[in-house]
Amino acid sequence: MIALLSRDLILSFRAGGGFGLALAFFLIVTVMVPFSVGPQSSLLATIAPGVLWLGALLACLLSLDRLLALDWEDGSLDLLATAPLPLEMVVSVKAFAHWITTGLPLVFAAPLLGVLLNLPAPGYQWLVISLLVGTPALSVIGTFGAALTVGLKRGGLLMSLLVLPLYVPTLIFGAEVARRGALEMELATPLVMLGGITAACIALMPFASAAVLRINLR
Amino acid sequence: MDLMALDLSVARTGVPVLQGVNFTLAPGFALVLRGPNGIGKTTLLRTVAGLQPPYAGRIEGAEDRIAYAAHADGIKPTLSVAENLGFWAQVFGTSGITPALDAYGLHDLADRAAGTLSAGQKRRLGLARLLVTGRPVWVLDEPTVSLDVASVAMFADVVRAHLGQGGSALIATHIDLGLDATILDVGDLRARPPAPGGPEEDFL
Repeated sequence: MIALLSRDLILSFRAGGGFGLALAFFLIVTVMVPFSVGPQSSLLATIAPGVLWLGALLACLLSLDRLLALDWEDGSLDLLATAPLPLEMVVSVKAFAHWITTGLPLVFAAPLLGVLLNLPAPGYQWLVISLLVGTPALSVIGTFGAALTVGLKRGGLLMSLLVLPLYVPTLIFGAEVARRGALEMELATPLVMLGGITAACIALMPFASAAVLRINLR
Repeated sequence: MDLMALDLSVARTGVPVLQGVNFTLAPGFALVLRGPNGIGKTTLLRTVAGLQPPYAGRIEGAEDRIAYAAHADGIKPTLSVAENLGFWAQVFGTSGITPALDAYGLHDLADRAAGTLSAGQKRRLGLARLLVTGRPVWVLDEPTVSLDVASVAMFADVVRAHLGQGGSALIATHIDLGLDATILDVGDLRARPPAPGGPEEDFL
């Protein structure tokens, strides 16, 4: 289990592993928003929490197609499925590795990008907290999408279509926490909902991912 | 403990390809699968390895005892040879990759990135993985592809040593490995198309 986690982390940091791509994508998308909506700082301040959440979500999505596809192509997925690790554990560990290499950097980058979008000062803390609580769900749900489409040629776009609707609850409550935080409103309800969604996803999604992976490996 | 297939049928994407496969593989013995291309050797091996359920019949003595090696070696090109092997050793909870490196002459390549190896060297690395699994039953699908004569001999020696230690091997191959192995020709076991009016048609 530790072996699989460290292998996935090493692979992602080595050449061609794709670490930082999602982060760069997040940066570019966020920087382009003021170009498209204009430079009014009040407008940017209003949309900043939503834009940052949407950017983080898309950046997360971008890196999902490599999550299981590489292991499928070189045959390691077959070998992992016959190894003593339960497949539920394999997908959980891979989702965790994905979160460390994608979700966590986004959490730390978001406040910097908040400056670019004129995010109100009280919002920074809640933006970070909402992303920290919400991004694990993005990785776990994304792993399910990757398991569904593993082995399909050009499966990346199909996976986006399958995964994005599943991201909706996390996006709604995550962006709501950040928005209410920026406006200094009461935010316990969306934060609890966001945490609940993440906890449920972490608890249940690995079983679904492992089940579809078993079918896809046949 | 023997590995047994009892009246086993296997299916590829829902279509039965082999039926009535029976064999018993005792510790210390090897079984070589023969048969024309496309007959279902790979499907049979994947079923025995537990990657897919049998279409009918059953397999006994396979639980947590099988090390499977397919056409793809599962090698990560950016990890070194030693890192690749070490990963599988950790996954299977064994220690020491040195015997595996020695057995396939990979010592000098241990620090090379696996992506820079030749096809035959990659195959040797893939086969060395079997040694670090510590599992008694090897299920091998065309293990000698892209190996040269010397490497095939190396592989045959490793299998012989494995059998000598009470392991067993189920190998689909077309070349003679010089092993004292039983041959199972699955060419005659091609599944007949389902009879008209069978259960599937009733269901539909």
